[in-house]
Amino acid sequence: MSTHSPHRQASWDWRAAGNFIGGGAGSGLLVLGFAAGLPAGLVAVAGGALIGLGLACVWLEIGKPWRAINVFFHPQTSWMTREGIVAMALYAVGGGAALLNSPGLLGLTALVAAGFVWCQGRILTQARGIPAWRAKLTLPLILATAAAEGAGLALVLAGPTGTEVPWLGQGLALLLALRYLVWRAYVARLKAPADATAAARRLDTPLVLAGHLLPAVLAASGLAVPAGLLAVAAGWVLKYVLVTRMGLTQGFTLPVTPARGRGTAGPGVRPGWETGP
Amino acid sequence: MTRYVMVADLRRCVGCQTCTAACKETNATPPGVQWRKVLDIEAGQYPDVRRIFLPTGCQHCDEPPCLEVCPSTATQKRRDGIVTIDDDLCIGCAYCAVACPYEARFKVDRAEYAYGAQPMDNERARLAEEKIGVATKCTFCAGRIDAGMAAGKVPGIHPEATPACVNSCISGALRFGDMDDPDSAVSRLIADNQWFRMHEDQGTGPGFYYLWDKGQ
Repeated sequence: MSTHSPHRQASWDWRAAGNFIGGGAGSGLLVLGFAAGLPAGLVAVAGGALIGLGLACVWLEIGKPWRAINVFFHPQTSWMTREGIVAMALYAVGGGAALLNSPGLLGLTALVAAGFVWCQGRILTQARGIPAWRAKLTLPLILATAAAEGAGLALVLAGPTGTEVPWLGQGLALLLALRYLVWRAYVARLKAPADATAAARRLDTPLVLAGHLLPAVLAASGLAVPAGLLAVAAGWVLKYVLVTRMGLTQGFTLPVTPARGRGTAGPGVRPGWETGP
Repeated sequence: MTRYVMVADLRRCVGCQTCTAACKETNATPPGVQWRKVLDIEAGQYPDVRRIFLPTGCQHCDEPPCLEVCPSTATQKRRDGIVTIDDDLCIGCAYCAVACPYEARFKVDRAEYAYGAQPMDNERARLAEEKIGVATKCTFCAGRIDAGMAAGKVPGIHPEATPACVNSCISGALRFGDMDDPDSAVSRLIADNQWFRMHEDQGTGPGFYYLWDKGQ
């Protein structure tokens, strides 16, 4: 085995993962909180705070934080720029929803939040140097976990606010089933270095049991708060592992090995992958 | 038009790392940052074992994924195909680093020196504060090319207008030049030999051609 196998990317750490964690959970809460009819002001503040925490995490990671305004310069192709622009729109509309406690403005905010989490998914798929991120099912996975996390948070908030939402427990179970299906499809189709697929396999059993089956059972049993919290925690762990553990680089591939001296060319080599070039 | 490319003849490279050292010397990159590197790869199983020396670095792609993702427009591509970074625009988000399939981009968040906390005189003299906290990578020695051309030199022919790694290569494995010039050395090498480009399936159109056998 070569020493030049794919390795875990070192450019984005827990702070980048925090952006996807806060952004997905906050966006999910804005969408599901609006759908569940939770108090508009509370949902707008809580969702906006989660997204803001995520953005603060990534602000701490960039090398030149006082130039952060430059992030808005490339909307033509960069999903990071688009994420920033959508975030500004989200805070403008969400601020109105919070100040006026307006369900109508919260609906608009939920729409923008869906766009925000879409941008986050596309940020990952646009990272062509990381096979586990550029996979086609990464975007559906990010969307599905955001929805499940949003349902979980909405379920947690419904009780204290005295909002009766009869369908929310079943909705959470349904969204957990959706996230489970997308996760299984993602893992089954994942073409990535061996260490990335191994990280996915290590996560699989605890994620399915503690992050999907258990909260679904708890929700069905009427234990809303633990069910919601587990659904949220599982999504956060999933994104943390995706960014920091499964983020292995592409590595190097030779479709053929060169003819040297009097020798002949040989078969190709792709160090660190289970499949050849 | 002009399209500058690098050609690496894998049959010739002996893994001496002179290009690596020349790049380091020319660009004064900090420890751990190597814009030009030569990978030493072992492949196969005994008794059919092969050792390959693979020069790599920024491939100055036709469709650079780093440029596409860059939120600040710090990454640009010149008309001659060289991909550049504007240190004054870059915010150091490292999105380009995870978008590059060639592991060609680096970012350091603080000044680092070869021997601990205190810089050597040459490190102190050549410390580039503007490169701390931003993305860096191989430039194909663009400044050298521009200065050489201004003096009437031809990239790939005259050392004054040719990247330092190519100038230093002891075996002639690394060549540089204009692929749009049919008479250039790189054009002839590409025409006369079998070659591949790395990770072409990613649609990047890399400007780095690896020769692996004579033409058929």
